[in-house]
Amino acid sequence: MKEQKLDRRDFLKGAVVGGAAAAGGTAAIATPEIAQAEAPAPAAPTAPEAAGYAFLNLDEAAFVETLVDHMVPADEVSPKGTDLGVNIYIDRALAGAWGKGERLYMQGPWKQGAPSQGYQLPLTPAQLYRAGIEATNAHCRRTYGKSFDRIEVAQRQEVLIGLSTGKITFEKGLPVRVFWTTLYQTVIEGIYSDPIYGGNRNKAGWAIIGFPGIIAVHRDHVEKYRGKPFPNKPVGIADMS
Amino acid sequence: MTTKLKEVDVVIVGLGWTGGILAKELTEAGLKVVALERGAPRSSENDYSLPNIRDELRYVVRHDLMQNTARDTITVRNNPQQEALPMRRLGSFLPGEVVGGSGVHWSGHTWRWTDMEFKVRSNYEERYGKKFIPDDMTIQDWGITYAELEPYYDKFEYTAAVSGKAGNIGGQLQAGGNPFEAPRVRDYPLPPLTPILASEMFTDAARNAGYHPFPRPSANASQPYTNPDGSKFGGCQYCGYCQRFGCEANAKGSPHMTVIPIAMRNPNFELRTHSWVTRVLKDSDGKRVTGVTYTNVLNGEEFEQPATIVMLCAYAINNVHLMLLSGIGAPYDPVAQKGVVGKNYCYQTGAGATLFFEGKYFNPFMNAGGSNATIDDFNTNWAFDRAPLNFVGGYNVSGGFNTPLPIGYRPVPSGTPQWGSEWKRATAKWYQTAMVINASGSVMANRYNCYDLDPTYRNAFGQPLMRMTFDYHDNEHKMGRHAAQVINDIAKSMNPTRLNPAAARTDPWTVVPYQSTHNTGGTIMGTNPRDSALNKYLQSWDCHNLFVVGANVFPHNSSYNPTGPVGALAYWTADAIKNRYVKNPGPLVQA
Repeated sequence: MKEQKLDRRDFLKGAVVGGAAAAGGTAAIATPEIAQAEAPAPAAPTAPEAAGYAFLNLDEAAFVETLVDHMVPADEVSPKGTDLGVNIYIDRALAGAWGKGERLYMQGPWKQGAPSQGYQLPLTPAQLYRAGIEATNAHCRRTYGKSFDRIEVAQRQEVLIGLSTGKITFEKGLPVRVFWTTLYQTVIEGIYSDPIYGGNRNKAGWAIIGFPGIIAVHRDHVEKYRGKPFPNKPVGIADMS
Repeated sequence: MTTKLKEVDVVIVGLGWTGGILAKELTEAGLKVVALERGAPRSSENDYSLPNIRDELRYVVRHDLMQNTARDTITVRNNPQQEALPMRRLGSFLPGEVVGGSGVHWSGHTWRWTDMEFKVRSNYEERYGKKFIPDDMTIQDWGITYAELEPYYDKFEYTAAVSGKAGNIGGQLQAGGNPFEAPRVRDYPLPPLTPILASEMFTDAARNAGYHPFPRPSANASQPYTNPDGSKFGGCQYCGYCQRFGCEANAKGSPHMTVIPIAMRNPNFELRTHSWVTRVLKDSDGKRVTGVTYTNVLNGEEFEQPATIVMLCAYAINNVHLMLLSGIGAPYDPVAQKGVVGKNYCYQTGAGATLFFEGKYFNPFMNAGGSNATIDDFNTNWAFDRAPLNFVGGYNVSGGFNTPLPIGYRPVPSGTPQWGSEWKRATAKWYQTAMVINASGSVMANRYNCYDLDPTYRNAFGQPLMRMTFDYHDNEHKMGRHAAQVINDIAKSMNPTRLNPAAARTDPWTVVPYQSTHNTGGTIMGTNPRDSALNKYLQSWDCHNLFVVGANVFPHNSSYNPTGPVGALAYWTADAIKNRYVKNPGPLVQA
């Protein structure tokens, strides 16, 4: 699938570098690769874009949106990642206390250590995310001539396999596996955490697996539904607040 | 500047299960007690209530009730040749850090450890000969017997609302219970929890294989209950949010809704939260302790709290840390095998299989903390001959679930992609139609598994972090292989559509992912001051007015969860202080 788009990022970047040009229309501010776009699709009026970003910059937002839609494609099982709000979850998590390293012991000296010693980078999760996206995009440009969000679907798949297996190595020594582990975990959290955190929109993540959410009482259900499916109408924190 | 406060009879460091039990018992005996808790006050009504408590991200992933490693953590390494590095965030184990401690977020599994553990060296030497125990395996007898502890197990089980089925009352085996348990005087206070499909299927398969399955005893009230102290429990709602959560139904036996509120109502008791104890103070001759210093973490102010008796009741790791920071007892040296404080740190091991049954609905989200069924045939069963397998210790096997919430638990058959539509379809297909069989195995003490103070890294108070040196040894690897085989044989007999088989672990211990909050040893109890830090009453051999309570007193780790003996030993120590020590302060056991 060939997918090139004139996206919000290009528009916004152009607007910054050339306020006057912006008045002349988007064509004037398009980068060369975007100029080749066949039919720039209008931005879909989906809620994630309306929600805005608190942490992700334009390149990072494009990366994350592409990533979550690749990992969680729209199909008969669920809407796609951005429609689940996984990108919004990730943005909020990185902008918030966790992303800023709450509860993380951040005193040196810093050594890589053995894998059994766990996380040893002098980076908060947000800093790791930022550096990892930059490094992944650098890898993509080196290998495919374009950033992650602009390569072919098959190439994206190749990149994710490379990240997850450690076959890709980053320049400047950032450990690929540590980045991938964090990336993967946050995608999972964006699908399956309570909707109050921005992901799992409409509890459509929980609906994938038939997780009923925070049902107050299962005491009578244990016997009633033993061996039988439980009605799949998930309840979240907001529903009971 | 340190402000010196008025002396009290007893200062308790840490207010979880052990601190709570001692606060209640000692204030009732008329002693003036102050408890210093580093965490915040939290309550069922205000904090563990619906809907906010049912938040997997906040409580499981982000560790809301747990120790904050930014402020204090440990350094870790697998062996003395390695350089220890800080555990920069929690992973393998999760010490609690609120009023109630880890007793708020535990699952409730409550076991009676028996003379198989308390006389471990004697038992194995007698049956298999001295050479059966490897030279580097530093197991030793505990200096206490099951018979001495039985009344205190009983007291803890009735306090914490343990649901279960007795297997042996006064020597009479009871159908449906654990035939390998030691004799108890009476049954559990509450009948077993309602079995879930996964535990029923495991029970049938284990029985067909000739084993002896029974419902896992757990402090999850199977029906509303009022304990002997008058604490009221609701019935368990099988909500699935048990381990790592406070219980909104007050159905999980926890100190914050039992012993602690009783102590709080006693005018002899005072609780100071946000109070971080930095040191236990010794008097000039080193034979007694005089109190503790602590910091009010809300403003940094430092205090000295003098006390006639000091009780360390923090999480097991932190009790040992305080002993090392305070210079009480000789630090353990694994090379010379001298000293006692830091000795015999132990953990647990395990293996697990996931079984997939197409079209069978297990509804994993409906379960209690202790819904699993268990077999002890390879654990407390002394008829299980270890000679041909050549390992010391044992493991229990259980079938059911363990926190099957969706961020952390979405089983798929091996070989399934990690993302994309195929992954989503597999996740959708198998989340409700899979179950797990797990083994939890003992870890015998090894001379190189120990704690000391880290030479490099420091906590927020400028004190050295504690350094943990730990790895599994041949004994655990042999046991792991046997456990994996037993699990897989049971699993295959159940004819699952797909099976992710159990495999014995071969890699070193790692600080991620979560494994078990069952860290034991470091200030071990024993029969003499040469090889233990505490006597059988958990009283320091060095300073008779210092007691150290928690799983840090265990000389080795069994396959069982530790809270049963932790609670029982707290009551046992309380009785020793009330009935003997206050009347005649001094060593309760002559060295």
